[in-house]
Amino acid sequence: MSSRERILGRVRRALADVTPDDRPYAEAVPREYLREHGERSVAQTVELLAENLADYRAVVHRADAAELPLLITRLLAERGSREVLVPAGLPPQWLAAAGPVRVHDRAADTAQRLDRVGSVVTGCAVAIAETGTIVLDGSPDQGRRRISLVPDHHICVVRVPDQVVSSVPQALERLDPARPSTWISGPSATSDIELDRVEGVHGPRTLEVILLG
Amino acid sequence: MRVALFLTCVNDTLYPDTGRAVVKLLTRLGVEVDFPSGQSCCGQAHYNTGYRHEAEPLARHFSDVFREYEAIVTPSGSCGAMVRELYPRLGERARDEGRGDGLARTLAPVVPKTYELTEFLVDVLGVTDVGAYYPHTVTYHPTCHGLRGLGLGDRPRRLLRAVKGLELVELPGAEECCGFGGTFALKNAEVSAAMGADKVRNAESTGAEVLCAADNSCLMHIGGTMSRLRTGMRPVHIAEILASTEEEPTA
Amino acid sequence: MTGTYLGMPAFPRAAHDAVRNPVLRGNLRHATHTIRAKRARAVGELSDWAALREAGRRIKDHTLRHLDRYLEQLEESVTAAGGTVHWAVDADEANRIVARLVRETGESEVVKVKSMATQEIGLNEALAAEGIRAYETDLAELIVQLGEDRPSHILVPAIHRNRGEIRDIFRSEMGAWGRPAPEDLTDRPADLAEAARLHLREKFLRAKVGISGANFMVAETGTLVVVESEGNGRMCLTLPETLISVVGIEKVVPTWRDLEVFLQTLPRSSTAERMNPYTSMWTGTTDGDGPRAFHLVLLDNGRTDTLADRVGRQALRCIRCSACLNVCPVYERAGGHAYGSVYPGPIGAILSPQLRGTASEIDASLPYASSLCGACYEVCPVAIDIPEVLVHLRERVVQGGPAVRQGNKVVLRPARGHAAERAAMRAARWAFSRPGALRAGQRLASRTRRLHPRTLPGPGRAWSDTRDLPAVPAEPFRDWWQRTRGGKDGVR
Repeated sequence: MSSRERILGRVRRALADVTPDDRPYAEAVPREYLREHGERSVAQTVELLAENLADYRAVVHRADAAELPLLITRLLAERGSREVLVPAGLPPQWLAAAGPVRVHDRAADTAQRLDRVGSVVTGCAVAIAETGTIVLDGSPDQGRRRISLVPDHHICVVRVPDQVVSSVPQALERLDPARPSTWISGPSATSDIELDRVEGVHGPRTLEVILLG
Repeated sequence: MRVALFLTCVNDTLYPDTGRAVVKLLTRLGVEVDFPSGQSCCGQAHYNTGYRHEAEPLARHFSDVFREYEAIVTPSGSCGAMVRELYPRLGERARDEGRGDGLARTLAPVVPKTYELTEFLVDVLGVTDVGAYYPHTVTYHPTCHGLRGLGLGDRPRRLLRAVKGLELVELPGAEECCGFGGTFALKNAEVSAAMGADKVRNAESTGAEVLCAADNSCLMHIGGTMSRLRTGMRPVHIAEILASTEEEPTA
Repeated sequence: MTGTYLGMPAFPRAAHDAVRNPVLRGNLRHATHTIRAKRARAVGELSDWAALREAGRRIKDHTLRHLDRYLEQLEESVTAAGGTVHWAVDADEANRIVARLVRETGESEVVKVKSMATQEIGLNEALAAEGIRAYETDLAELIVQLGEDRPSHILVPAIHRNRGEIRDIFRSEMGAWGRPAPEDLTDRPADLAEAARLHLREKFLRAKVGISGANFMVAETGTLVVVESEGNGRMCLTLPETLISVVGIEKVVPTWRDLEVFLQTLPRSSTAERMNPYTSMWTGTTDGDGPRAFHLVLLDNGRTDTLADRVGRQALRCIRCSACLNVCPVYERAGGHAYGSVYPGPIGAILSPQLRGTASEIDASLPYASSLCGACYEVCPVAIDIPEVLVHLRERVVQGGPAVRQGNKVVLRPARGHAAERAAMRAARWAFSRPGALRAGQRLASRTRRLHPRTLPGPGRAWSDTRDLPAVPAEPFRDWWQRTRGGKDGVR
């Protein structure tokens, strides 16, 4: 007998005393929790996103389409990055004014190569106000997962209000499970020393979020 | 209303003052109290130590003794929780073991009419000011089974706040277990003692003269630790505070 | 489970040193109290916490109730998405599968994301025996690995270490594993985190094989979820060419939507954050992004035995948040090592004796490692009634009875060492069933009260070593009642 058959057999024997619940799943598991917490206007939701991002030490900026290229240029200059990683589908105008050399994300690039790049600029798939989270799903303006991980400085552009939702349930509704996704809430951090949060471990130690609207 | 006092075996044997205080207090509030002399033990220690089957006859006995009363009042959060929370479970488990509904049916009548003392005062009698007088600084320790099992909430504190002359001071870490835990106090004596010592240190830090709780089992552990550590504090059951009046103060 | 902790003494003896170690007590107290207050705030932010907890409980219960169906669905979804599913009945089989998969890549080192399942099966030791070096990359796991220590907490395995001790371990041990710590390393948490970053960076960048667990597996989509903070998880999940995830079968949830419950309750319960810094979700393999090969090893190792227990099966709802450890007064004083398992604290006290059985001294003592205060149940985000299961397992220890071990129905004998207690319980039941006998005993105690010592000999010393005994009153209550008809006769 295969281990698969053995385990499934054990499960079935273990459940011999249980009456199967043949109701549809939605009925078997009633959900009385909220779809979102509190009532907010669109502007208030964006404001809450900014607050919660900042609360977990992301640096929040705001810009309109005209200001965005200059803002990105300034942030890269302040950081002193000589190179910036660029996903293939990033709108070219975002980096129109940027000084650093653009490194396009290529599958052939090794992790060591990415490690030499100072900054990365990406878009995002959705942002969650209640938790201060941005979610990347590998769409063309976000690139492969590794590019927003290895460089130490991540600039993420969130289109507001379109990409902003209030809550975790609303975010999941917008995401495609088939795509790999990365949920980011502030720069990397750890609670491993005395159970207190310290920012800055393996992921980008500086996360800058630009609310573009 | 025919009210039975379920004093508990520990109080009957070791803390008769608490029983006298409950009788005095309820009588003062116009309640006619009876003490059915057939009562003994709810079976909690047996159940919690893993001897569920030994607890069953005691639960049946409890039901035989108390089932005819309209309300059963006990000055013990943990024994109250045994009847209210765990008697139904005894019945369920017997059913799961293929022994039918007998036990569940026997125990069912006593479950909803068993009240911990402060619950009975606040919820059934509807009083928070029981006309007590107790001119001391008191800190209150909510015992675990009262707090998390029965959900006594702020009832004991409301009763204490209404006592004339009593200054209630907040106990740091109040909701943390004192470390008694029945046979836990013997089986894991060192951890139990460490918890007790921390509880006593927190109580001492309040400057209160008296640590009050609604369960003498916990007070036996806390009080035993207090006297061993030579603190000046006394453990006192809430019934004795609420029974105390200007005319007849509790010592 | 593996024999890593076999031969552990019973809990009370194992706790002895911890209770008397002021540094350890201080470290645990500081850490658990810090997180307790923060958790309460994070949970308090959600007005619907009770409903989320109830939904979490129901999702898990429903899944467990139909576990065979959801495991088959999961296998199908993962396979369709380009992954390969393996099934492991026990630790040995899981270790063999992983070692073979690593060997097939030709590599001799792997990077690991913190995972309870791989700790449970002793994967690192098994790989080492095959000549494969496994690098732990979570900060706390790194501290444990470098210090040749054992984990003492589910979320923060090095919780028993304070910052000064961590600095000392980094300074003396990092060099032997790779890049040494800076000579002048301080005990500032930020500096310690930086030292770990530099030490592990080279390992991440060259790693070809990553090994992980998972917090959740979604049956309908084949998605796996890893919830973490530091970014070491992202490194291990995305940079290597091969990813092997070892996951307990109880980690499956039916639908994508179910994540909306747990991604709200888990971070707030574990690190007390609205959301943990990083959550990675992946479904099989993705062209050009992340590992080219993905293997999922589904682990039983005692879980189906646990599932067979009507009362105990609720332990399988656990999402490993560790909130129960952080509020447990016993854990705070005994420390995690006393539990003799990778699963310490209240959840460990109900999980280890079910996954491993109650045959060993440590496992038979774990159900008693609790005052039944109920704080664990109160904070549990999936409403596991830990006190209920503890009492149930105590019954199994003292009374024996039917159980399932390794898939077979067995009848357990009562554990040894409880004979005197069993006799005492029977005697007490006998006396309590006969109020006359109880009364005779009470009277005897009252009459001889002046002779009672304040300390006790024999087993009673467990009480009287640290606590005075109450004085026995002149008469029990029932005598007073009978004498005065409840005070009505005016005799006080």
